[in-house]
Amino acid sequence: MSNADTKAGLSRPQMAWRAAQDLVDGAFVNLGIGIPEMVADFVPGDRQIIYHTENGILGFGPRPAEGEEDPDLINAGKKPVTLLPGASFFHHADSFAMIRGGHIDYCILGAMQVSASGDLANWSTGAPDAIPAVGGAMDLVAGVPNVFIITDHVTRTGEPKLLETCTYPLTATGVVKRVFTDFGVFDVTASGFVLKEIAPGVTVDMIVEKTGAAVEIPADLKVIEVPDTV
Amino acid sequence: MINKICPSVEAAVADIKDGATVMIGGFGEAGSPIELIHALIDQGARDLTVINNNTGNGQVGLAALIGAGRVRKMICSYPRSSQSKVFPELYRRGEIELELVPQGTLAERIRAGGAGVPAFYTPTSVGTPLAEGKEVREIEGRSYVLEYGLKADFALIRAEKADPLGNLTYYKAARNFGPIMAMAAKTTIVQARQVVEASGIDPEVVVTPGIFVNKVVEVADPAIESVLIEQGVSYP
Repeated sequence: MSNADTKAGLSRPQMAWRAAQDLVDGAFVNLGIGIPEMVADFVPGDRQIIYHTENGILGFGPRPAEGEEDPDLINAGKKPVTLLPGASFFHHADSFAMIRGGHIDYCILGAMQVSASGDLANWSTGAPDAIPAVGGAMDLVAGVPNVFIITDHVTRTGEPKLLETCTYPLTATGVVKRVFTDFGVFDVTASGFVLKEIAPGVTVDMIVEKTGAAVEIPADLKVIEVPDTV
Repeated sequence: MINKICPSVEAAVADIKDGATVMIGGFGEAGSPIELIHALIDQGARDLTVINNNTGNGQVGLAALIGAGRVRKMICSYPRSSQSKVFPELYRRGEIELELVPQGTLAERIRAGGAGVPAFYTPTSVGTPLAEGKEVREIEGRSYVLEYGLKADFALIRAEKADPLGNLTYYKAARNFGPIMAMAAKTTIVQARQVVEASGIDPEVVVTPGIFVNKVVEVADPAIESVLIEQGVSYP
């Protein structure tokens, strides 16, 4: 699935790998649908992470072998999962008490747009004919202290997704802490986006050109070192 | 002697009237009380307000109830999926109302409704279109939106084991909305895979105490929504 040959920057698995390095041992983590789900494949082996899915499981594991699926054992993306030792089930109000009550340490989600003040738009383009659907996104970002975003740096048509101000309907204001894109790792600070690490093959000029907001470039900019296995 | 066991799904849903508000358990197909929903279609009640996380899949279960034109309004968090065709079509034609609620707010509104809490403040949706027109209050320096509790005339839920007093256990992630919907409805109707005698569930493992349950019907081998869809089933 690597797209590293066709364009500069990290592939999707490499973005997921990079985000996985920032999860601390013992953390409770909720992963969104899509690229965020891949994060679980790349957590360093010496760290134990407990995964939460908002439909009511803590401690679920990978997809079961074919033929072993159980329609009553699924994740929030409605995909079959397995249970790890120590897993638990709970009802929806308890599940969102874990989220809103600040008990889940990290959530990693996709985004349509992120603003320099940490606003997130990831549930609706606001198109008049679209069926609005929000799910648990607004609860997750309102309640989880560390909201991480994994997203391509630009849209399919090349428009920046990191902006001064989001133009799509918001999911929440001022919640995003860190953004992992194919171009690099960005922290959202009181003064806006700060580039923490840059992807191999990507230049600062490319980032400045493809970002719709000011980006602070630190003097000691680090290049992401992706292992050959990812 | 309390005995909440009903002889059939037909008998269990017989009292649901036109215009009723009905909570239906399940998250996607997990925990969906599909036999009770099909019995409700056969029973014929219309003009329903239905509360569920989604809007069903294919042409079975909740999607079939909506497709049969029995639902006036859906209250849900995620009315789309790869296999939901019925709701989007009706919605685009303006033939069904939608109240879109963030998933955790939906769960807490149901819990509050069942717990005698008329309203609560939540940080979810502050500053978004879903908070428009709602009261916002600052508490200890953070803004919160006022949301109201949800109650229903009926709840239809699927459990694993039930006893004649209505005590329930659930199966895996099929639990989802069952315990809170059972609390929030005036009449809670349960389809259970296994009905056992009163001593058949250890009190330590009861998830929903029988006080929240009114009717129980055994459906030993419930249909699986995704299997029905794969088989091309369209209910009725």
